[in-house]
Amino acid sequence: MLMPSPKTAILERKANIVARLQGVLPVRAVIHDKFELRAYECDALTMYGCPPLAVVLPGSTEEVSAVLKICSEERVPVVPRGSGTSLSGGALPTADSVVLGVSRMNKILETNYENRYIRLQTGRTNLSVSGAVEARGFFYAPDPSSQLACAIAGNIAMNSGGAHCLKYGVTTNNLLGVKVVLMTGEITEFGGAYLDSGGLDLLGLVCGSEGQLGVVTEATLRILPKPEGARPILMGFEASEVAGACVSDIIRAGILPVAIEFMDRKCIRACENFVGVGYPDVEALLIVEVEGSPDEIDEQLALIKRTAEKHCPAEIRESQSEAETQKIWAGRKAAFGAMGVINDYICLDGTIPVSELSKVLKRIGELADNFGLDVANVFHAGDGNLHPLILFDANDEGQSAKSEELGAEILKLCVEVGGCLSGEHGIGVEKRDLMPFQYSANDIEAQIGVKDVFDPRWLLNPAKVFPLQSTESRRAA
Amino acid sequence: MTPDSENELAEAIASAREPFVVMGGGTKRIGSSTDAVPLSTGKIAGIRLYEPDSLTLVVSSGTSAEYIDSQLAENGQRLPFEPMDYRSILRTTGTPTIGGIAATNASGPRRIQAGACRDYMLGVRFVSGEGKILKNGGRVMKNVTGYDLVKLMAGSRGTLGILTEVAFKVLPKPDSAATVAIRELDDITAVRALSKALGSPFDVSGAAHLPRWQSEEALTIVRIEGFCESVSYRANRLKDLLREFGEIDIEFNREHVDAMWRSLRDAERFGAIDGDVWRISARPSDAPSLVEIVRQSVSAEALFDWGGGLVWLLVPEGTSLRDHLENFSGHATLVRASDDTRSRIPTFQPPPPVQARIAAEIRRKFDPRGILNPGLMD
Repeated sequence: MLMPSPKTAILERKANIVARLQGVLPVRAVIHDKFELRAYECDALTMYGCPPLAVVLPGSTEEVSAVLKICSEERVPVVPRGSGTSLSGGALPTADSVVLGVSRMNKILETNYENRYIRLQTGRTNLSVSGAVEARGFFYAPDPSSQLACAIAGNIAMNSGGAHCLKYGVTTNNLLGVKVVLMTGEITEFGGAYLDSGGLDLLGLVCGSEGQLGVVTEATLRILPKPEGARPILMGFEASEVAGACVSDIIRAGILPVAIEFMDRKCIRACENFVGVGYPDVEALLIVEVEGSPDEIDEQLALIKRTAEKHCPAEIRESQSEAETQKIWAGRKAAFGAMGVINDYICLDGTIPVSELSKVLKRIGELADNFGLDVANVFHAGDGNLHPLILFDANDEGQSAKSEELGAEILKLCVEVGGCLSGEHGIGVEKRDLMPFQYSANDIEAQIGVKDVFDPRWLLNPAKVFPLQSTESRRAA
Repeated sequence: MTPDSENELAEAIASAREPFVVMGGGTKRIGSSTDAVPLSTGKIAGIRLYEPDSLTLVVSSGTSAEYIDSQLAENGQRLPFEPMDYRSILRTTGTPTIGGIAATNASGPRRIQAGACRDYMLGVRFVSGEGKILKNGGRVMKNVTGYDLVKLMAGSRGTLGILTEVAFKVLPKPDSAATVAIRELDDITAVRALSKALGSPFDVSGAAHLPRWQSEEALTIVRIEGFCESVSYRANRLKDLLREFGEIDIEFNREHVDAMWRSLRDAERFGAIDGDVWRISARPSDAPSLVEIVRQSVSAEALFDWGGGLVWLLVPEGTSLRDHLENFSGHATLVRASDDTRSRIPTFQPPPPVQARIAAEIRRKFDPRGILNPGLMD
């Protein structure tokens, strides 16, 4: 993967730039020592890393504004960073960039139960948002697997999803307003503690723009009343096609579970070895969760069971207790970690139409065989968001390259069957160069045009999202 | 002009020398009248793909909303965001199209639970002001591939491009529905009751307050939808929860429930009465005092939807409503007014300078010659 070479003119001015940043921030909030900078050289896409010129950790929107003003004047690229958990390299720096981390900005500014929203600084972690409103019976719905660590800032940048978004939607569906600092240092707000602004939906545009349009420092999020209860059912099948057909039938039956998760045998075994939650050893496992009162849950689970039984499952296990529910989810939530114990892996994130599920799984298996690599599958089946994990040995350079090639082939397959390159992780640097498989040159140019409006000098997170050559002239200017 | 296909539309736009009034069925237009050439997508119609198992519908923009509803209903599904029909309030005729619904982000009472039109739009195809055929998003339920221009197109009222195709996520249509109703509450108490219902775990899919109107008494209503037993369980739990607010009736008759919410959705009661109609998006708990302040200067009739978050206001012609709302966060849209009023009062809430600049520049990018609904959203 290619990153643009750093501009020497910027590297040479490092001392000056750092001094100017120190002029507007507390001493501890500017990191420029080359050893300390190593901590910021990469995000969760650990294959690539590069220490930045400097890291700033502002404590307020005004400080963010001051930093961006300086970087704008100095023409220094800025890489916004939440908690650094991006799987697509969204927070990957270049040597001539300043990383702007919002982690110190983690205050809750207002909790309003009457109007059902919470306003906070975006360095706040995802799980702690639900934590803050839990006692009053509310929660914040988007729940990415990294929710313990990931920041709302990154969730907004990537429009993050999670296991429960089948019912509750992803970040953009739960975001009411943002305070944004533009690259010029101007501070503005899109949306607010109300629904659907009348003008152009700039809130919807900023969400998912991967930190390329502005730095979001505050967010107003919708909070929802917690359901009376939730309970999963676990179903094992001897073929993934059958599991896929079962998913279709459940949806067809008019049930809208909050989550439908799928794991294949490789993943099941890895999870079992890692956390030992008692998953059956089958070809395909579905975890389906429904919500409501105890009676409502029983009614829905009974309907799901009846639907599943038509597909002769090898096993059906309805959770009987809170402890069992925790266990069922513990395995799924640990899946990525469990796979990491066995091997290095690349985690893909394509989405496909649910109707193509079995065809795509079969084809992924064939592709993996052709490349001589192993692929494990764990994904959100209800919405077709696949997470094939390509297993490889990172110390073997040939394998790294081969696994990246296989990843690209799988994502192209997703696009071919009517899907897309990324369901929830974002494009970042990882899938940047695959964009032309999904979008025509004109389609890409239309998106690039939007960045031109917000950031005409292309200083905010510049080498991401779009194929490098399509943005080269803009970044060079 | 009514092009037959996306290509024909693109050619017409590319070679155009004059501005167009872009429309679907022409039922929702809320700007000033203009002598620009009408351009309708009405003939670019038809369902492109409908996969009930995948909850996905891809449809050409000129397809009538009615046809789509009927096709979805055959499979026990629906558009979850309950698009409103503007014909009664705007006194327009014609056939609402799905393109018009998307371009106006038309959403009804279920907005508070299910989300808006924009939340169910998975992808769009459109012709830009330069006559380029562009696409964004796709037909899958989760998609973060590049910028979300789908949201930008939703509610952009044809000023950035002319929608030719929209992909939607659809949802199962529940078996049953019920309305839980409380009579004769004042606005403040009603919004408090709605807030209590919306803060409950009973999955409320509509929360509205209809103040006293002509011979009808005030009615505060909460809707529940789902499987039969579940609806009756939740309706009764809500009845207990809201007991402190007064006597409570539960309506289970599907036809009655649907008719009541349809009438609210379309702000039907203001249809036949003269005056300007405003649509105000606000913080729910601010809604009663906001209406009260307006009433101190002019006579005003209100309808509260979205638990108070959406206020429909009927005021005397020419009322400068925004002057009264300066201390509230939110925004007000002038939905129905004479050209004379519109020449003095902007239709849309004037955005702060930075937003106005960004919106204008985005518009220039998509429509450099300014030929698509010029001035409509400025």
